[in-house]
Amino acid sequence: MKKQWTLTQDFLKGFWEQNPIFVQVLGMCPTLAVTVSAINGIAMALATTFVLVCASLLISMIRKLIPTQVRIASFIVVIATFVTIVDLVMQARFPGLSKALGPFVPLIVVNCLVLGRQEAFASKNNPLRSVLDALGMGIGFLMALFVLGSIRELLASRTILGYQVLPDAFTPWLVMILPAGAFLTLGLLMGTANWNAMRQKRNAEQAVLDRYRKTTASSV
Amino acid sequence: MPEEITETPQIKNRLELTTSPHLHNNWSTPRAMWMVGAALLPCTAAALVFFGWTQIFILLTSILCAVGTEALIQKLRKQPGTAGDGSAVLTGWLLALTLPPGFSLVSTGIGAVVAVGIGKHIFGGLGYNIFNPALVGRAFLQAAFPVAMTTWESPNFVDTVTSATPLGALKFDAVTSSLAPMFFGNTGGSLGETSALALLAGGIFLIAIGIVNWRIPAAMTIGALVFGTPVWLMNVQQYPSPVYHLLGGGFLLGALFMATDWVSSPVTNRGMWIFGLGISLIVVVIRVFGGLPEGMMYAILIMNAFVPMIDRFTRPRVFGAVA
Repeated sequence: MKKQWTLTQDFLKGFWEQNPIFVQVLGMCPTLAVTVSAINGIAMALATTFVLVCASLLISMIRKLIPTQVRIASFIVVIATFVTIVDLVMQARFPGLSKALGPFVPLIVVNCLVLGRQEAFASKNNPLRSVLDALGMGIGFLMALFVLGSIRELLASRTILGYQVLPDAFTPWLVMILPAGAFLTLGLLMGTANWNAMRQKRNAEQAVLDRYRKTTASSV
Repeated sequence: MPEEITETPQIKNRLELTTSPHLHNNWSTPRAMWMVGAALLPCTAAALVFFGWTQIFILLTSILCAVGTEALIQKLRKQPGTAGDGSAVLTGWLLALTLPPGFSLVSTGIGAVVAVGIGKHIFGGLGYNIFNPALVGRAFLQAAFPVAMTTWESPNFVDTVTSATPLGALKFDAVTSSLAPMFFGNTGGSLGETSALALLAGGIFLIAIGIVNWRIPAAMTIGALVFGTPVWLMNVQQYPSPVYHLLGGGFLLGALFMATDWVSSPVTNRGMWIFGLGISLIVVVIRVFGGLPEGMMYAILIMNAFVPMIDRFTRPRVFGAVA
């Protein structure tokens, strides 16, 4: 039997437990390419979240009308519609940001995070749950991209969101704005997250064992 | 008896079963590492002579940070400490020898931490690393601080403040350096790479006592001659001669101390030939056609990545098996 999720769990699972970046490893292309600075990361994550929420809402509403054979194509059409909206709005209102993100805004269409949530969640659940799930995933994505962008911006140009944090004596690490810096930072963050998860699991197992030992000792 | 489930078996690792032949070898990791250290003494001495005794601080910083990182990571991972076996010392030492003279000590420390942390322990520690840790550290520094990594102080016996390396001078200014200073070491370059004489002395010692397999340096030398000569003959003025390839840049340091790293080089004899030839082919291609004057580091790192494949395809046939 499948585990029953409450609404809160649907919302919160994207934050950490099923974080799109650190746990599901989805949407790597924008993650690695645009996180040169924290602001780029935030803009990318907000654009993706908007598309994700709108597409999840629409697809969960029409999920019973879509034939299974053509569902992927239908998802893409819906997603592409919202991506076009985001792209045009960004070009009109934030031309600088739009230029900085370059082709990665149109590429949200093929972001596997967006498509993955439609396939795995929105096409099987009601609109309320789907929107909560999409919001949670979007916030998880935002947090991950912000952390990644901040670390890279901090080490490559001493600033976070344009405010200088490190003193001038710090020599900037040029590698951090290169692709290699993105891979290194992401890898180390994922490793830390996994290490933490493993430690928690081990502690939990140890706690169960301790309790077991105590009960057997007292019953003997 | 429910307690039994909670107890971990204590005698599990006491008895080691291995198949014959049971050969004993008196080589241990620390002993091999200290021997390599001894072989590095001549070129370290040459570095201090040509670039000034203050360069010893780069060496000390690098070694200290490398050993410190190793000890810290093993403490965090609750592994038995191997910080004292000399492998981390050697990583730091080799890293320092590949750095330009007068390099910032803070950056040196960062490089050593990356070398041991990302080059070695991310993969599981000594014996598990795919890439040569010292070169991973250097590659990181090259990407992080490209300007500082290519600013070469002149050696003590030349009357200028900075000078290009022989390979850089040839590539960017079409100036051919004479071979004698390149052989003895009185020329621009990284700390440990300038004196071919000192490197050869250490390398031949290592080959003689059997730590370094002669096939890799031999294959690399032959490769440099085979691949370098035709290119040189195409345009004698513009391209480095084969001897220039051998003496210039980090070729000898790489051939004798980096490519021959036990962990990240092939195990079969045929594999070693392929590995060495591959490195020299990439070096010649980078030096002649690439944007950088020197490519030893990238050549070794690229071939390191091929080592599992080389080992797989050069595996000796099992005795008696039909091909």
